[in-house]
Amino acid sequence: MKRRTLIASTAAVIAMGTGAFAAAHAEKTKVGFVYVGPVGDGGWTYEHDQGRLAVEAEFGDAVETVFVESVPEGPDAERVITQMALDGADLIFTTSFGFMDPTVNVAAKFPDVKFEHATGYKQADNVSVYSARFYEGRAIQGHIAGQITESNIIGYIASFPIPEVIRGINSAYLHAKEVNPDVEFKIVWAYTWFDPAKEAEAATVLIEQGADVVLQHTDSTAPQAAAQAAGNVYTFGQASDMAEYAPMPRVSSIIDDWAPYYIARTQAVMDGTWESTSTWDGIGPGMVGIGEITDAVPAEVKASAEAMRDAIADGSYHPFTGPINRQDGSVWLAEGEIADDGTLAGMNFYVEGIEGEIPQ
Amino acid sequence: MIVLEKREAPSRLWAWGSPVMAVLLTMVLGGLLFAALGQNSITVIRTIFLDPLFSEFAWFYRPQILIKGAPLVLIAIGLSFGFRAGVWNIGAEGQYIVGAICGAGVALALYPMDARWLIFPSMVLAGALGGWAWAMIPGLLRVRFGTNEILVSLMLVYVAEQLLAAMALGAMRNPEGMGFPGSRNLSQYPSAANLELISGSGMHWGVVAALITVIFAYVTLSRHVFGFHVRLAGQAPRAAKFAGVNPARMVLICMGLSGALAGAAGLFEVAGPAGQISIDFNVGYGFTAIIVAFLGRLHPIGIMAAGALMALTYIGGGIAQSSLGLPAAAINLLQGMLLFNLLAVDVFTTYRIRMLRKEVS
Repeated sequence: MKRRTLIASTAAVIAMGTGAFAAAHAEKTKVGFVYVGPVGDGGWTYEHDQGRLAVEAEFGDAVETVFVESVPEGPDAERVITQMALDGADLIFTTSFGFMDPTVNVAAKFPDVKFEHATGYKQADNVSVYSARFYEGRAIQGHIAGQITESNIIGYIASFPIPEVIRGINSAYLHAKEVNPDVEFKIVWAYTWFDPAKEAEAATVLIEQGADVVLQHTDSTAPQAAAQAAGNVYTFGQASDMAEYAPMPRVSSIIDDWAPYYIARTQAVMDGTWESTSTWDGIGPGMVGIGEITDAVPAEVKASAEAMRDAIADGSYHPFTGPINRQDGSVWLAEGEIADDGTLAGMNFYVEGIEGEIPQ
Repeated sequence: MIVLEKREAPSRLWAWGSPVMAVLLTMVLGGLLFAALGQNSITVIRTIFLDPLFSEFAWFYRPQILIKGAPLVLIAIGLSFGFRAGVWNIGAEGQYIVGAICGAGVALALYPMDARWLIFPSMVLAGALGGWAWAMIPGLLRVRFGTNEILVSLMLVYVAEQLLAAMALGAMRNPEGMGFPGSRNLSQYPSAANLELISGSGMHWGVVAALITVIFAYVTLSRHVFGFHVRLAGQAPRAAKFAGVNPARMVLICMGLSGALAGAAGLFEVAGPAGQISIDFNVGYGFTAIIVAFLGRLHPIGIMAAGALMALTYIGGGIAQSSLGLPAAAINLLQGMLLFNLLAVDVFTTYRIRMLRKEVS
């Protein structure tokens, strides 16, 4: 592993930053993280940063972690990633879909540095990709939401019309419909991952249209605050537990848990066993967590939701099991057929019953 | 008692001294801010302002200043004409987006044709025309119906953002992108790519265009009758009328010029550093350029210096984040302080401080 010698002052500065003077000359493994949002977003970036802290806690003085937050997706990302590689990072996690091309470009220039790109699909010899099967959590959300709604209208704050988000909508809808045939989804596209003002506005619009459950694929707690203000509206924590809004309006949550993966990959770099891989883990391996279902949900609903969670975890149930038709009525999955990962990864259609069109 | 007294004429010394004062004041106040965050102020200021230029990896950071600064300078020069003449185009960000969409549209329509001599110049032309056309909307509305160009041009930024999202998701989506949003990568299409002219130098066509624009603007403002009219229209609108300046034409020319330059900046960005039309292609150059224009005293050479300084704070800010663990918000604060301090120090250009002693009778 090529380590660059840092000029004395820089080394001192870094050592000061981590408060570890004594180990400044030891062969530390340096792990960099590039975040799309602020670490205090309480959602997506917050959870990645929790993963970073877990890496520090696990390896102590043997690692040094650095991060840059709120990096715009585009040329700035390329500069920030390059800068980390230059500064001697051995392993760099880039944690947003939009960092894909910049990551691949920089990786080509630094063959000795290992890169890990979240939620993308472009792999290289020194670029791994990883993501979580959030749709498994969406199935449980839909299962709960379909039963607790009284207006039969479920609001959904969608971020961008990319496969990951569409997959979540489909999964939630299928499982809400399964327990409540009258259920209807109203979807608002916010075109943002994190924008409290826009998210609050979207939540308010949905509530005014009669939604009494609001699901979200955006990262702030603004929808929870809007639901609390409206009263009697249920929400689910997204990316992070958002437990501060429990037991109402937050009745459960999908939690991203990147810590085990980050620790394992850092370990692999230390051992020299790192290889380019494509990882897509769900509830089973613990990458997706289901936050505690509160008492605002009836006990029997809670029990069946937990049973579904366990069935998904042990592999006996797949949220996309046929028969499922596409929105236009054509057959997607026959009776008993299970969706393949390729179709799921590029999902660009609604399932039958969802109204409206995916923005084009 | 301390009073502010209006000067008979604006001080020339302060006119050029205040940006320097503002930068120094920002360093001092920024230093205090960083100290409050538990950092060593000197180290942070050095990391932000000097490390990009003189550190071990300066060979990488110096070209980045050109890449980051070029669109800022290009847009700010265009804006400075309007700002001098009292035409307030606040929507350069939107014109930047539309320019990028139009220019990229030409390339994507002709893909994979191999004819750089035709495609790249057409893209630049389309980019400038796109920005020009977008700026003509507030321009014509103001001339024809007397609407406020500040509001209209600003609102059109949000329209342009929606258009950008629609393009990234629909018409311009990469057919080989597995359904993900974003266009083909133009920087990987040789006939359309705006690559570095000399490898490792950061010099791409946008940087060249920015430098040419600076010279062109300098000559126009100081030697050409149009430059004289622009200054006259801003300083003495009535006198300008007597001198034969048509105010409607002035609005259209200033809006069009700034729009075209913003559009060209967008094109150079999308064909080079950014590479593709994506949902969040724009990162605020059009708004930051307003700060750059004022920090540079609306003067071409000043704008060039201000653009470089602003680029420096972005790059140095990134370094400070990753090597010192400084939060991103602290960097944004520092940049915001720069404009705030400039406005504050600017008071001394037109006013002076006088100490009045209370008279005892």
